[in-house]
Amino acid sequence: MAAKTLTINGRQISAAEGSTVLKAAEEAGVEIPSLCHLDGVYDVGACRLCLVEVKGASRLLPACTTVISEGMEVQTGTERLIKYRRMTLELLFAERNHVCSVCVADGHCELQTLAYSLGMDHVRFDYLFPKWDVDNTHSLFGMDHNRCILCTRCVRVCWHIEGAGTKNVSGRGGQSKIITDLNAAWGKSDSCTSCGKCVQSCPTGALFYKGSTVGEMVRDRSKLEFIVNAREKKLWVYQD
Amino acid sequence: MILGELNQLRDREIQSRKKITLRCCMAAGCVSSNSKGVFEALQKAVAESGLGNEVEVRGVGCMRLCCEGPLVSVNQDGAEDSLHVRVTSENAASILAYLKGGKARTTRVDAGMPFFKKQMSIVLSNSGIIDPERIESYIAVGGYSALHEALHEMTPAEVVSMMVQSGLRGRGGAGFPTGLKWDTVAKSPGVAKYVICNADEGDPGAFMDRSVLESDPHRVLEGMSIAAYAVGASQGFIYVRAEYPLAIARLQQAIKQSKQFGLLGAGIFDSQFCFNIDIRIGAGAFVCGEETALMASVEGKRGTPRPRPPFPAESGLWGYPTLINNVETFANVAPICRHGAAWFASIGTARSKGTKVFALAGKIKNTGLIEVPMGTTLRTIVEDMGGGAPEGGRIKAVQTGGPSGGCIPVEHLDTPVDYDSLSQLGSIMGSGGMIVMDDGTSMVEIARYFMEFCMDESCGKCIPCRAGTVQMHRLLDRIARGQATAAHLARLEELCEMVKSTSLCGLGQTAPNPTLSTLRFFRGEYEALLQPEMPGNEECLAGVSGQVS
Amino acid sequence: MSFLDLDEFLLELAPRVELVFSPIMDVKEFPADVDLCLVEGALCNTDHIEMAHKIRRLTKAVVAFGDCAITGNVSAIRNQLGLGNRENVLQRAYMESAQLNPCKPALKGIVPPLIERVMPLHEVIRVDYFLTGCPPHAERIKSFLSQWLAGQKPRLQGLDLKFG
Repeated sequence: MAAKTLTINGRQISAAEGSTVLKAAEEAGVEIPSLCHLDGVYDVGACRLCLVEVKGASRLLPACTTVISEGMEVQTGTERLIKYRRMTLELLFAERNHVCSVCVADGHCELQTLAYSLGMDHVRFDYLFPKWDVDNTHSLFGMDHNRCILCTRCVRVCWHIEGAGTKNVSGRGGQSKIITDLNAAWGKSDSCTSCGKCVQSCPTGALFYKGSTVGEMVRDRSKLEFIVNAREKKLWVYQD
Repeated sequence: MILGELNQLRDREIQSRKKITLRCCMAAGCVSSNSKGVFEALQKAVAESGLGNEVEVRGVGCMRLCCEGPLVSVNQDGAEDSLHVRVTSENAASILAYLKGGKARTTRVDAGMPFFKKQMSIVLSNSGIIDPERIESYIAVGGYSALHEALHEMTPAEVVSMMVQSGLRGRGGAGFPTGLKWDTVAKSPGVAKYVICNADEGDPGAFMDRSVLESDPHRVLEGMSIAAYAVGASQGFIYVRAEYPLAIARLQQAIKQSKQFGLLGAGIFDSQFCFNIDIRIGAGAFVCGEETALMASVEGKRGTPRPRPPFPAESGLWGYPTLINNVETFANVAPICRHGAAWFASIGTARSKGTKVFALAGKIKNTGLIEVPMGTTLRTIVEDMGGGAPEGGRIKAVQTGGPSGGCIPVEHLDTPVDYDSLSQLGSIMGSGGMIVMDDGTSMVEIARYFMEFCMDESCGKCIPCRAGTVQMHRLLDRIARGQATAAHLARLEELCEMVKSTSLCGLGQTAPNPTLSTLRFFRGEYEALLQPEMPGNEECLAGVSGQVS
Repeated sequence: MSFLDLDEFLLELAPRVELVFSPIMDVKEFPADVDLCLVEGALCNTDHIEMAHKIRRLTKAVVAFGDCAITGNVSAIRNQLGLGNRENVLQRAYMESAQLNPCKPALKGIVPPLIERVMPLHEVIRVDYFLTGCPPHAERIKSFLSQWLAGQKPRLQGLDLKFG
């Protein structure tokens, strides 16, 4: 496969043709924050945290869906980008009820980690305190909509890795909600295979194993990786 | 069908015309004020007076002066004789008395008034004249001859080149050069290609596309067919919102007739060209007017946008190259074919060619549909054609581009209407909604209204639009209620800039525009509503009272 | 309590600061000319609002201390009940859970009226520094105070900013 040369933050790197900016940066050791991206499923460019500046582009581009090109000049951490990322996180924290101190994912949450690594020490927008319910009808898993950031990882994992097509999105705008089947209770779902991949994919504490208490919900992404590698690279090795 | 048959149909239709035609508007605006009753009353009166051989009562499309509907236009020997307004089923019959030299009990308006005289019709040239429910009526005014010409006298490349030369730009709002788009689709390799007509008109106060579809549906079908020939597509879709039942009914009728006449389907005009059009009815999401969301919806998926590139021209519907244009854009195609690119390019300004249809609404005397050459000033539209503000009011601003556009203050009324001049003022051409505001309108309220609209219509996929519009709306609401400080205004401006720069699709990227443009021209109105902050507490957010709702 | 976890640092701190107002001191009035005030807890009632303004007026640097002061945290969960939740809260606390003589506090000046919506400190007054955590770990407090005592503008980063 041909390689392309590009610069990221002034540093020249090369990456395989067809790679995304996010992938190329990761390989070069440059970290670009993201929440909706998940290795193994297609990207949707929704969280807007991975936006980067590309010389010559009129707009900021999402690193996860932008394919590299020869001579591309990318900036991943300008003052403007950092400011926007922090605001994006603040909008997320204000949008639903993210109470870290009582969350199953405390200490293992991607949203929480991004917040402190990007220096978010408080939220300048009004907290909305919406009323969302918790679906505890499934025998193994629970879904707390209060902690959902609508990244749709669970939906994509469910459709494209497991192939069950149980999870989906209903409603629109701030009223959007992750649903099972046609908005049935999860425990009543005919299509759910109880594989738990959605739980492994969740970046926050929205999806959890029943019985986990504060800080206990640790994800094991290697399970997803194993299936994707097996399917795409025909590599049947489980790396624990 | 072959050309001879088309000409025969045309001649027969022209010969069957009667001396006097009474045109009764049957577009949605007039229908809602009972033009159907007027139409029936006129038919009955004609039958009763025994004038059936001389007088034809014809249901037509929009006659533009919508505020005065139902409208009836009397035409003798092909020339307009008089225009009757606010006709009722009770006084409709008196129009016949008037024809016989008696007195009409209806109100008439001067058909030579600036509202009509300053218009220039390309897109609306058949609107209010032909019967939208009869294909023969369209053929009689030269309909489908452009398609024949394109199929038999031009190569697809020549059609594309003609569109490039015409200088037509997309009428959906962004103004992308139509010819360039066609060229890209034509050159994109694909075993299948699609043509989509975007009729998901959703801006508050805009009804241009609806009127075109209700008044002259075949024009859109012909434009789409020519486009399909040019880019090599064999299937087309019209995506129209469910809130337009009359437009949908007329489109269905038009498609059925076209198929019957062999103008859609296989081997059109005895050529190799095959093209079919299906209607897809939108379920009422504003975001489905965004092209990638629209395509997702046509595919039967949740109507949410996706990042571009890839652009639809390369990878659109089901991954195939797709040409997607707005109703008005397609409506311009047949005239360009008939009269040539040079003719079209001679109309308008250097960088904006042709005409633009606007839905004129708001605090103004004459509201309705207008079509003016590009470069016409806002003053001509608002003051001459619109007749200025109603008694006692003074015009304050003109809003163009709906929730994606901006407010242009009265000082800038001499701005010519073209893509570039409007964007310099922080507004956009948009799809054609034009709302006039008088001095009784609060600009903060306007900004809040449009933000609420965007908040409700955000699809929820990307965070800046989903959560940002909610917070911007809260801030605007707080300002409007007089509970904000300078810190809130600063936060609002910061958020506007962020949402504009980071949102995934046009909805979020332009949602801050009404706020930004009112802040640019009417900042004083915002500042007048701000509360002073306690000394030493300047940057605090909740304000003095600490009351937060 | 987390503050007491500072252990021997407290001894280091003692000669360098004068504690003028605290829940463990019998001082009724917030004094003037305070250099630094660590404010704990979210704002729930009218007394809190009044106090916050007083603190701001009399203090050079105000620190929102802990997740409750910064986000509302658990104490703000009642906000999910929507506006007008005051009555529901009182109903639950004083009527439904009461063992004996259920009655809502109605006498003026006894229990300060709850505000409509529990708020973080920075929604009401300007806050200079934010010390996150539930509770903020002793190390974090120490790092903050050391920087402040050294005359620097305290700056925490990375894990020291973690909520929860």
